[in-house]
Amino acid sequence: MEFDWAGETPKFLMLMYGLIAFVAVVGGLLLLLDVVPAWFARRREAQLVAASASGAPLPRRRKPREGLFALFFLLPTLLFLTIGLVVPAIRTTLLSFMNRDGSGWVGLENYGWMFSEGSIIRVLTNTLTWVILVPLVATAFGLIYAVLVDKARFEAVAKSLIFLPMAISFVGAAIIWKFVYAYRGEGDQIGLLNQIVVSLGGEPKQWLLESPLNTFLLIVIMIWIQAGFAMVVLSAAIKAIPADIIEAARLDGTTPWQMFWQITMPSIRPALIVVVVTISIATLKVFDIVRTATNGNYDTSVIANEMYNQAFRYQETGRGSALAVFLFVLVLPLVIYQIRNLRQQREG
Amino acid sequence: MTTATPTVGVGAQPPEKLTRAGRVRKRLNSRTATVVSIVLALLWTVPTFGLFVSSFRPADQIKTTGWWTFFGDPQFTLENYQQVLFSGSSSGRLASYFINSLAITIPSVLFPLAFASLAAYALAWIKFRGRDWVYIGIFALQIVPLQMALVPLLRFFSTGVTVGGVQILPAWDLVDEQKFAQVWFAHTCFALPFAVYLLHNFVSQLPGDLMEAARVDGATHPKIFRTIVLPLITPALAAIGIFQFLWVWNDLLVALIFAGGTSDTAPLTVRLAELAGTRGNEWQRLTAGAFVSIVVPLIVFLSLQRYFVRGLLAGSVKG
Repeated sequence: MEFDWAGETPKFLMLMYGLIAFVAVVGGLLLLLDVVPAWFARRREAQLVAASASGAPLPRRRKPREGLFALFFLLPTLLFLTIGLVVPAIRTTLLSFMNRDGSGWVGLENYGWMFSEGSIIRVLTNTLTWVILVPLVATAFGLIYAVLVDKARFEAVAKSLIFLPMAISFVGAAIIWKFVYAYRGEGDQIGLLNQIVVSLGGEPKQWLLESPLNTFLLIVIMIWIQAGFAMVVLSAAIKAIPADIIEAARLDGTTPWQMFWQITMPSIRPALIVVVVTISIATLKVFDIVRTATNGNYDTSVIANEMYNQAFRYQETGRGSALAVFLFVLVLPLVIYQIRNLRQQREG
Repeated sequence: MTTATPTVGVGAQPPEKLTRAGRVRKRLNSRTATVVSIVLALLWTVPTFGLFVSSFRPADQIKTTGWWTFFGDPQFTLENYQQVLFSGSSSGRLASYFINSLAITIPSVLFPLAFASLAAYALAWIKFRGRDWVYIGIFALQIVPLQMALVPLLRFFSTGVTVGGVQILPAWDLVDEQKFAQVWFAHTCFALPFAVYLLHNFVSQLPGDLMEAARVDGATHPKIFRTIVLPLITPALAAIGIFQFLWVWNDLLVALIFAGGTSDTAPLTVRLAELAGTRGNEWQRLTAGAFVSIVVPLIVFLSLQRYFVRGLLAGSVKG
């Protein structure tokens, strides 16, 4: 079947409408803010001229309307945030105390369900496993790698290779790793992992079907993606350590090992915390990897995936909302900690 | 280093021999470091490389032999890409979804960038009452996971707003490709808190004298914004633009909910996730398909990596 290019034109048309809307909104806003005050200024000038001609008292000079400008500059942002985040977040919180279609109050029933239903408890423990392992391993790996390649000749290339997965979508990453985990019952293996197992004399396995091993295999994917982030941030922090401190330590005859624990680690502590917290937040919200690799089957589901299933597949809005709120509660302390940390860093 | 070592008097340590031994050990150390880091880099790259090689192998080969056998028996074909991009809907027709990804991504990057830079300017350089509170409010919204917004926002699009039985805003009632607008809207909302926060960091660090001088010359806020601020924050805009581009292009969740699953609006990620679920063993399609989706962000990323890293560091470390 030939590809139907003509069938695609409505999309380009729609994209064009979108771009026109963009130009109209942003350009219009700036133009409005340019033209309207200018008009007022001209009117005031005319008033002044008229007043001085007739000898009447000059009209009082009004304070420039700074607030009005600010309002219009902020208007699109505030509008979108109110409609898209503030109101929905409040509604979701309310919905979490309601029944499946949001027609009646059920109190804490959805939350009770969350902590009593076996499959959901499994989801919660899976999420816990994710959020413990991914930040720790990814950060440790990133740190080790950043130290290893620091000032190496091939540093730029080496860092790019580790960083590259950051550009790949979680969906793409899940497919890449699903291929690594691929299984064939007979004949040659096509998945790298099974090939390694077979060549070591083992039996090939359907990795993604074996709980609880499959959760760990999915966690590997997330680590693979996030390690690059950790490495880049930590590498920058290592390079920011003042050269004279390193020099002084070196003259004192510090071994590389001591150098790492006594100079590098304390210096990059703030960056280290930021990395761990950032990765933890991303891990708590992980959805795409689980959905693409196993669709949450075989005991691999996590909160974000279960929330999607409840709210959008089973139409259990109340339960889905309760899961979303729980996710929010989990993320909350991390983000508050992050913000406090950033502010301290800024002031210090 | 030896040249820099000062000649020291009696009683000062390190004897010459130890430094030499130390130097040898250091060289050994750096050699181990090199080997280890190369091994790790390879380990990190092999999965992607395997998929890449496979995407050029004939379908029957992908399914029966490992990609590493390619080097013993190289058979090269572009058939997989041809199939997955252009042929019938059952085997992918990814070209259609590729266009959707583009149509979703471009406005979803432009809108939040423009809105956020306007807001950042106002929050940094226009004095008004309650400014700090507005900033803190927007900043604090970063903590709301987008899962918290999905259900109500979808209802907002599909049924409009009713308060006490009175319809205040109508439903959007979008069909087919018009649903792009929903996705743009959603992505814009979700991107704003972070974008405002990052841009505010940049904008507020611009020299105040510049603004003051312009104001004395009679420049209005829109004029200052356009002629002074915008050119100066271009690097920051580039960094956030790349972020947002990668985020939107690679997003699955938002697209899944607001774009629907048809070839009219669904982006590549949605289609690929679907293929991975329903045709998990059709590796000739999955491998080629995955690369179709990876290639654009990869190009963007590699060509603009400098900006990206700068943005990353500004966002997470400097604050």
